[in-house]
Amino acid sequence: MLNFSKINVLIIYIIFLFISFFSILNFQENKIIDKKVNLGLDLQGGSYLLLEINSDNLVEEKIQSKVIPIKKLLKDNGLSYQNFKINNQNLNLIINDVEKFELLFFSKKDNVVNPYLDNYRSFELDYKKNNNNEIEISFSKFGLLTINNSALKQSIEIVRRRIDDVGTKEPTILQRGEKRILVELPGLKDPERIKSLLGQTAKLNFRLVSENDEFGSEELISENGEKLFVSKRIVMSGENLIDAQPSIQNQNNEPTVSFTLDRLGAQKFGRATTDNVGKRLAIVLDGEIVSAPNINEPITSGNGMISGNFTFQEATDLALLLRSGALPTPLLVVEERTVGPDLGEDSIKSGITSLIIGFVLVILFMFFKYRIFGLIANTALIANLIMLVGILTILEATLTLPGIAGIILTVGMAVDANVLIFERIREELKTEKSIIHAFDSGYARAKITVLDANITTLIAAAILFAFGSGPVKGFAITLGIGIVTTLFTAYFLARHLTSLVVLNNNKEIKI
Amino acid sequence: MTNYNFSSKFKPANILSIIVFILSVIFIAFKGLNYGIDFKGGTLIEIRSINTDVSSIRNSLNDMNLGDVNVKKFGKEGDFLIKVEEQGDNNNLIPKIKQKLSDSLNSEINFRRVENVGPKVSAELLQSGIIAITLSLAAMLFYIWVRFEWQFSVGAIVALFHDVVITLGVFSLLSLEINLSIIAAVLTIVGYSMNDTVVIYDRVRENLGKYHKLEIANIANLSINETLARTIITSVTTLLALFSIFILGGEILRGFSFAMILGVFIGTYSSIFVASPILKFFKVSYKTLEKEEEKIVP
Repeated sequence: MLNFSKINVLIIYIIFLFISFFSILNFQENKIIDKKVNLGLDLQGGSYLLLEINSDNLVEEKIQSKVIPIKKLLKDNGLSYQNFKINNQNLNLIINDVEKFELLFFSKKDNVVNPYLDNYRSFELDYKKNNNNEIEISFSKFGLLTINNSALKQSIEIVRRRIDDVGTKEPTILQRGEKRILVELPGLKDPERIKSLLGQTAKLNFRLVSENDEFGSEELISENGEKLFVSKRIVMSGENLIDAQPSIQNQNNEPTVSFTLDRLGAQKFGRATTDNVGKRLAIVLDGEIVSAPNINEPITSGNGMISGNFTFQEATDLALLLRSGALPTPLLVVEERTVGPDLGEDSIKSGITSLIIGFVLVILFMFFKYRIFGLIANTALIANLIMLVGILTILEATLTLPGIAGIILTVGMAVDANVLIFERIREELKTEKSIIHAFDSGYARAKITVLDANITTLIAAAILFAFGSGPVKGFAITLGIGIVTTLFTAYFLARHLTSLVVLNNNKEIKI
Repeated sequence: MTNYNFSSKFKPANILSIIVFILSVIFIAFKGLNYGIDFKGGTLIEIRSINTDVSSIRNSLNDMNLGDVNVKKFGKEGDFLIKVEEQGDNNNLIPKIKQKLSDSLNSEINFRRVENVGPKVSAELLQSGIIAITLSLAAMLFYIWVRFEWQFSVGAIVALFHDVVITLGVFSLLSLEINLSIIAAVLTIVGYSMNDTVVIYDRVRENLGKYHKLEIANIANLSINETLARTIITSVTTLLALFSIFILGGEILRGFSFAMILGVFIGTYSSIFVASPILKFFKVSYKTLEKEEEKIVP
């Protein structure tokens, strides 16, 4: 075990130098390769938000939109039905000829009512028979999944637009599971503005105010408490907006939002305002009236303005929301963690302090215990740390406070491999005459134990990595990589150094 | 090499272990564990404010009807930790609390940390924590079973179970908070304790092959003594590192490092006094190894 061929030695040191090179990158300003260890939000400060979409409303809306096509399908095929009812996410009806309905309902060809989803090999809708001829139509499992997935994709896109628009640095926006969006905002001290921007769906539409409680209208409350009957018919919606900007209305210095419509929107808006001069037009945002101005003259230019007693900040935020488009569903913040920058700094400081102190203590202990071989173990330990940082850099891993704890723990546990080996050599020296043989068999015999012992910790780290979240994952990463570098430095670097010492003066070796 | 007679202490040690284990189970079952917001849901706010104290913070939050509010000093002078129990899904809770504190305390407040975990997420985090610990125990069981014989596997798993339950028992006794980092600590303890056990077991296996005539109790004793120097040195270096985190690593890592320190002691103890006696209980001998000779890959 003490004989190294030249080529082996070369490979060992090349690997060591190559990995160490990356650890230096963290301390350089002008880099050849742009890689570094990222600091977790708990160290650099910032906000972590986990958002969840709730597609229940969306499913209800979608099932309602199926009512007319289904009725049409039934009528066109001469099927009679009774008691057609919308029941949350289901449609209930009594039908005379269920078998014929089933044939139509599950036809793969040009089925507009119930399209076949090729990628899931499933229909969008499903139905079950309750009793007699009463059936209940609802979305199939994959129909729901399709709705959910597209809502999630769309939400992520809009979340990204809104956050980019606010202008935070290097945000991370990722999908998490089937319903969640993870948002990381480094350096952000107070996420409240972002939370309120993400908390609104910002569905905007323009609807005419009716004189009284006439058919097809609903009562909405405006922001100044006025109750108005507003027609359910939408004149134009936010989808037709191509731009929105905050502006100051000259007459009374009031902050407003001016908007620009696309061609279709301008047409719709122009027609509605021409036909309804003198009436009031309600601007409805998420079911609340922002304002309901009088239509004084036809607006055909495709430009308009929303006023509503805004502060300038509110006008800016509303413009931002309208520009980014409406979220398909409301988003709920289900988890939030914000660390202020000064706490992050304190954590780095105390983390580094405890790392240095722990490191020095271990090094002193090892030196007093094993002297010259303690120095070897300590050299291996330093190399171990450099390589650990190097691999973290190569992976561009995120260093968290528990991650620093993982490094300190690695320092404490890394010497174990060398201790196992040295203690084994001590034992071998008692029975073995030749010092070189004793070292040789010491290394050979300790090998299995060292491997077994480290693999168990590696298993624990791997499981922690798979199940842990955030900072804890950072701990698992450093602990796991620490084991790999420990094995490398103990079995290659330290062993080579030992062989140099032993082979050069094998007369008076004491361990 | 030392020559302590460990095997003569197996019986009293086992009785002690059983008593402490049962006490831990009783504590966990009846006193319960003090779950942090990670697992219980709720809001945590760490503030730094010079001219205020625990009672005025508590008073200022009293009329908000937040239910169970816990305020305590946290580390340095002027640092406080406020914990508010789960309020259902409410996106506006944090700004309201912050506003209220800023309004009613007559000093500048620095909000150093704000965490809010909703009911769904906390339930999931708890679930995945339990899965992670269970899975790690199962993985260790499997690994030892592959590398050794089933008797060793049982011994190792009993020792791990012993360590995890007693660590949690101490946390219950002292009402220390169980959060995500404690789960990380427990898993590391599992790895560490396993590490210790494996070192002794490796030596037991080797000695079983060497000394066919020795009783398992003597083999265990010999193996523990042979590896004792290593066991102590590794424990010492690990503890040096851990105490360094415990004392200097700041308030956030205190619970984590405490659990680990506890775990190193319990894990070292259990490798000697729990994992080894079980081999004796199963009357492991060199014949146990011979039966599955083909399986052993040295």
